[in-house]
Amino acid sequence: MADGPPINTSEVKKKDLVTYVRESQIWNSIFRHGPPNNDRNRALAVITNVFLHLHPVRVRKSGLRLKYTWCMGGVTFFLFIVETITGLLLMFYYRPTVEYAYADIWDLREQVPLGIMRELHRWGAHAMVISVWLHMLRVFMTGSYKPPREFNWNVGVFLLVLTLLLSFTGYLLPWDQLAMWAVTVGSNMARATPLLGYEGPGSSLLRLGDISLVHAGNDARFALLAGRFVGAGALLRFYVLHCVGIPVVATILMAVHFWRVRKDGGISGPV
Amino acid sequence: MSDEKIDKGAVVTAGTITKGADPGAAKTAAAAPSKTNQPAAPAGPQPHGITRRSFFSTLGIGWVAFSGAMGAGLTATARFMFPNVLFEPVQSFKAGFPSDYTVGKVDERWKEAYGTWLVRTDDGLYALSTTCTHLGCTPNWLPAENKFKCPCHGSGFYPSGINFEGPAPRPLERYKIVLGDDGQIFIDKNQKYQQEKGQWSDPDAFLRYTG
Repeated sequence: MADGPPINTSEVKKKDLVTYVRESQIWNSIFRHGPPNNDRNRALAVITNVFLHLHPVRVRKSGLRLKYTWCMGGVTFFLFIVETITGLLLMFYYRPTVEYAYADIWDLREQVPLGIMRELHRWGAHAMVISVWLHMLRVFMTGSYKPPREFNWNVGVFLLVLTLLLSFTGYLLPWDQLAMWAVTVGSNMARATPLLGYEGPGSSLLRLGDISLVHAGNDARFALLAGRFVGAGALLRFYVLHCVGIPVVATILMAVHFWRVRKDGGISGPV
Repeated sequence: MSDEKIDKGAVVTAGTITKGADPGAAKTAAAAPSKTNQPAAPAGPQPHGITRRSFFSTLGIGWVAFSGAMGAGLTATARFMFPNVLFEPVQSFKAGFPSDYTVGKVDERWKEAYGTWLVRTDDGLYALSTTCTHLGCTPNWLPAENKFKCPCHGSGFYPSGINFEGPAPRPLERYKIVLGDDGQIFIDKNQKYQQEKGQWSDPDAFLRYTG
């Protein structure tokens, strides 16, 4: 910004390459601050960057100690990025239909170059669930859920649920026996949703005379599976939720989560 | 044209001055040319013809209309998630003639397509659901052990459908089974009969046949 060195084209030939780049219009249009050689410019470097500004401007020394944070939040975020990249790559081959799903998974493993890609996605998913739990454990053990961070703890709980839902929806996509029955069993829980599940408490109250308003053909499980049992509709729905719906919500909540770490006073220090 | 406007404004202005007086008095006051342009009172008719009351009633109608439109849109969008046509096996089917089935045997021919076992006893036939009452997996029929065994969590059922081992909390369900006009067995999966509710004694839960 104001600290940027003035551009003086007449002296360009005398300057070295770094100075030339730093004084170019392209550089100055991107980085609106001088070199980060003083506190003000270092702060500006963070504040004027959309990605860095989610982070605290300053981090406590204790916040960098691995023994204190375990870096599990960072590892979780890293794994989310790994999952996004590998997942995106898998989408180039995988087709979410009853006809092709299982064969495409097989194809990814046996024929597509770097057949480990799907395994990377799977291992990353397992690791992410573990790291999310460890992150939660660390935050709990250090008392970092206490005011003023109680709101961010709740955001984190939503992110935990979304992580588990990502695992659950991804479970179905290989379309093998394990996937079929795991999701059959898992989605049966939706039948017991209060009011909205046809076997749930209160759903029998929703009736017009002899006609039950909530039944197997319109309850919460039906909306989830697009059918009475796990079939083609469920595969497509889970695919869309797994690849678009849940990641988008999780990304938004992660932005809020990181931002609140900053706004709530940075990473909490040891008690 | 512009003169009229000025006149009107004068009346309003006069009305402001003689607030609370009767209209006749306002008119008298209007007769006197007033040069001072005072601001209109909030309660009286505004130059634009909008009163506070009409503004808020219009705003209210607007909000109601907007909320209604949003509600209708969201309802329609939620309805979008519930398909009208399902590409699933039909819920009722014809299962051939009773004489096609062997006495004392669990028949698996409709398991794959319709999720139903047909069991023939000395007295007749009944249609068992292939959905485990624990968490919804499909048990296997093990003829050697004369039982249904669920591979997911090990629930076991007698050929009658009664549970006897594993975590299943209740017997397998039976479907409606009747004889059609053409002499064929007709099974309707929309109608279920649960043993623990005493529904197995329902006439449609068991097809009498001794032929």
